[in-house]
Amino acid sequence: MIPASFEYYRPKDLDGVLALLRDHGDDARVMAGGHSLIPMMKLRMAEVPHLIDLQDVAGLRGIEVGAEGIRLGAMVTQSEIIAHDGLAQAAPILREAALQIADPQVRNMGTVGGNVANGDPGNDMPGLMQCLDAAFTLVGPDSERQVAARDFYEAAYMTAREDDEVLTAVTIPLPKGGHAYEKQKRKIGDYATAAAAVQILKEGGSCASASIAMTNLSDTPIFCEEAGAALVGSTLDTAALDAAVAAMQAAIDPSEDNRGPVDFKRHVAGVILRRAIERAWSRA
Amino acid sequence: MKDEVESREDRVGKLKGLGCSRKRVEDARFTQGKGNYVDDIKLDGMLFGDFVRSPYAHARITGINIDAALKVPGVLAVLTAKDLEPLGLHWMPTLAGDRQMVLADGKVLFQGQEVAFVVAEDRYAAADGIEAVEVEYEELPVLVNPFESLKSDVVLREDTVDEDGAPKDGAHGPRKHHNHIFTWEAGDRDTTEQVISEAEVVAESDMYYHRTHPCPLETCGCVASMDKVNGKLTLWGTFQAPHAIRTVVSLISGIEEHNIRVISPDIGGGFGNKVGAYPGYVCSVVASIVTGKPVKWIEDRMDNLMTTAFARDYHMTGRISATKDGKITGLHCHVTADHGGFDACADPTKFPAGFMNICTGSYDIPTAFLEVDGVYTNKAPGGVSYRCSFRVTEAVYFIERMIEVLAIKLNMDAAELRRINFIRKEQFPYTAALGWEYDSGDYHTAWEKALKAVDYEGLRAEQAQRIEDFKAGKTRKLMGIGLSFFTEIVGAGPVKNCDILGLGMFDSCEIRIHPTGSAIARLGTISQGQGHATTFAQILASEIGLPADSITIEEGDTDTAPYGLGTYGSRSTPVAGAATAMAGRKIRAKAQMIAAYLLEVHDDDVEFDVDRFVVKGAPERFKTMKEIAFAAYNQAIPGIEPGLEAVSYYDPPNMTYPFGAYVCVMDIDVDTGVPEIRRFYALDDCGTRINPMIIEGQVHGGLTEALAVALGQEIAYDDMGNVKTGTLMDFFLPTAWEVPNYETDHTVTPSPHHPIGAKGVGESPHVGGVPCFSNAVQDAFRPFGNVHTNMPHDHWRIWKTAHDLGLHG
Repeated sequence: MIPASFEYYRPKDLDGVLALLRDHGDDARVMAGGHSLIPMMKLRMAEVPHLIDLQDVAGLRGIEVGAEGIRLGAMVTQSEIIAHDGLAQAAPILREAALQIADPQVRNMGTVGGNVANGDPGNDMPGLMQCLDAAFTLVGPDSERQVAARDFYEAAYMTAREDDEVLTAVTIPLPKGGHAYEKQKRKIGDYATAAAAVQILKEGGSCASASIAMTNLSDTPIFCEEAGAALVGSTLDTAALDAAVAAMQAAIDPSEDNRGPVDFKRHVAGVILRRAIERAWSRA
Repeated sequence: MKDEVESREDRVGKLKGLGCSRKRVEDARFTQGKGNYVDDIKLDGMLFGDFVRSPYAHARITGINIDAALKVPGVLAVLTAKDLEPLGLHWMPTLAGDRQMVLADGKVLFQGQEVAFVVAEDRYAAADGIEAVEVEYEELPVLVNPFESLKSDVVLREDTVDEDGAPKDGAHGPRKHHNHIFTWEAGDRDTTEQVISEAEVVAESDMYYHRTHPCPLETCGCVASMDKVNGKLTLWGTFQAPHAIRTVVSLISGIEEHNIRVISPDIGGGFGNKVGAYPGYVCSVVASIVTGKPVKWIEDRMDNLMTTAFARDYHMTGRISATKDGKITGLHCHVTADHGGFDACADPTKFPAGFMNICTGSYDIPTAFLEVDGVYTNKAPGGVSYRCSFRVTEAVYFIERMIEVLAIKLNMDAAELRRINFIRKEQFPYTAALGWEYDSGDYHTAWEKALKAVDYEGLRAEQAQRIEDFKAGKTRKLMGIGLSFFTEIVGAGPVKNCDILGLGMFDSCEIRIHPTGSAIARLGTISQGQGHATTFAQILASEIGLPADSITIEEGDTDTAPYGLGTYGSRSTPVAGAATAMAGRKIRAKAQMIAAYLLEVHDDDVEFDVDRFVVKGAPERFKTMKEIAFAAYNQAIPGIEPGLEAVSYYDPPNMTYPFGAYVCVMDIDVDTGVPEIRRFYALDDCGTRINPMIIEGQVHGGLTEALAVALGQEIAYDDMGNVKTGTLMDFFLPTAWEVPNYETDHTVTPSPHHPIGAKGVGESPHVGGVPCFSNAVQDAFRPFGNVHTNMPHDHWRIWKTAHDLGLHG
């Protein structure tokens, strides 16, 4: 559990980060909270000859809640998300989800940027951001671009981010309606056996829009448009719920691990989604 | 004088002796981060050693190239079996009479096995050195299932067969097959078969008690320092039995025992994991001798989970017979015990399956038979007693499941079935069918108290309503009521039948009273969190009348402490605690003579009273123990040597038999498999209670480890022998979040043969807790046809039980 030797950098600004990335290419990685990368390095599953700590980089922190939306700096920690009252007002699902990530010690270090950028299918924030239709700001040597969370994930640990780009911020349109983040896990600190992020808007007693994303049930988070569509226009009767669950189950592709076999995960994913929808609807 | 007006009660209170919830004296340093653990030891020039480990579960080693490793900056040496062979140290004896490779001798038998030992200036260089060692493996067929191992042509251990390939005798008799280690029997086979075949009712069950691991907070490690000038070896380590380690080191290294000093500093939990001897100890000692410098070896968490001393892994088959009214007539148990690549169980040598023959439990079963077959597989060695006396957890799980299975067969309430069959109070001392003599017990009283405390009838009524609601579609949660009644067998043990590698399992205490009336006592045991420095001082305070706060307890340094067999199997209080009381009584006997001289009366005319000797019939005439201590050193007393010291080596006449009654109430979500423990009630009878607060803490800890084992904690392997649960992500260690609020209770049935009547408690809650949690899960599904499902009851396995019973529609 000891990493191979590496050079450690702690630049003060983004230009410094980008310069290091340019100089070292594949051999360099940026580190935010370190709670995914450092264990991988200790297990020698990730070799990072040049480690760039983002701790001191200016401009990567801060939570801004505006009329149009929310901006989270990449280095905002999960603890900061939980503690921010304005955020809890504007997008309560963020606090509900963050409270289900790991434990307080990890949440003091773990960042939203690290969580979404790493591409670990076990992480909770990617699915959550897909549910909320967030966009990620990627800054490269010559340009800055926005990529939708729903387009960002390609495979486990594979994302749309280029090696010379840094994820600097997450922007989230203000969510509307009722929300729920439902997660089954074996114990505190565990990744999800299955987790569902749901945001539902109710108008005139029926569902006007619904957004659904699932976590740790494929090698990427699964945003399931069909599942949301199955609810729209309904009063969330049994038939609509069954259709949403069936659509979700068709979209996921869980694999067997110590949490259980595939048929168990599919079943639990259905139960968890049903509960999440019901809770979101009750708040809508 | 103040003493004269002080009440007797006040004087008793000041001692903080037996029965006092005295705060733990250890905690001042532990809560301030001032403990001194083995990895805190830093010596001048100290090197660090670590292992190259096998990625394969079964492979031949065709080459090891260390050249590149030796070029890594900071790497000083790389040891392989070839280096150890001339010293005769490439293999070492195990506590079970087998032998184990220290470093891979031509082949590996489990994933994570030690292949080479890299010695470097620090642990970072050692880690880089490990990466640079090149080992060529030729994979061999892997056997992870003991039943397949017993049928396989593959010979796991070449030393088990003769030149013709026929199995040779093992340490415990003939082998049935080259991968078979031993057969061990207890009881009467023929009569048991006859009783069962003629019985009115017979219930049967197969059950697998899965492999798990003690997983102490602190992993195993040591620092070896060979002083070449004076020829003395000092070995600090996480040893639960430092004196036994000294003897073993002497026997295998040839260094005389007086030249070896073994020190167990603070230890962060043991639970059996730190009883045995590991390759890391041997390699550290050799490396220190070779380099002339101190060498440290510390396991990381994955090393600990994958390679040092697992627990359990018993495949058990049971048959239990009874009359149709529920009186048990016979019990048959067969165990196939998976010991991994080497038999490194830490049991008394004459008991290769530990005290599994306590498997008749708390019941008056007239006839029984037990047979255990030990088997080699491609898994890590071990087989230690994880928070229990030797294999007692397995035995109690077995009988408490068989009782439930029999209750189903009889269609009888399981609480009532236990009541009918308990050994009655007047039957003690009770000789069980499998040989043990239970010293004392009052099971019916404990059982009735427990059932009343939880309103057992009310719980069953609530459960019946829940089943109705479930069937009516009003709820998706089932309710389980888990019962268990356990009898432990602890305090190994009488030297006549308990030894480890020939070392008798007595224990010891040596006391020195200082002239001003304080004292130091040293014992042959070693605390790993049990709080010995607190509780042994309390035993002594009550025996010698000096305040516990004035008594220092010291353990773990073989140069200063008297010889003893260490701390495991809940043996410290039954054995060393008895030695402490007996040594205290020797102190008191001498103090009585001194008091009589000082008071100018005959020895027989004074009597002990809390903290003093008083003249019989004249309580105003007395000498306090403090005064007596001063006189012992400073006053010439005719016919009495100066000083006030005593030593006792205590060979217990019998084991002690703590018992308890536990009830668990659990709700189970059939759709997700998530259990929720609503209530847990634990009544423990550990005889005389030394420190109720520490007992309560022990019960909480033991129950939490029981919850872990029952609900998810396992060392699982895939078919290739890869460990699937090698990190704390997958190896279930519950947090405060997963743990319920425990209700504790007690009865007191003192041990008749122990000097203060104490029986030991550290392991009881684990032994009784595992079947209680498991029975709660199984009871929830009983109305739907469940008879037995194996642990661990993690979410998916509970879900599968529900699924297989058709509860998902």
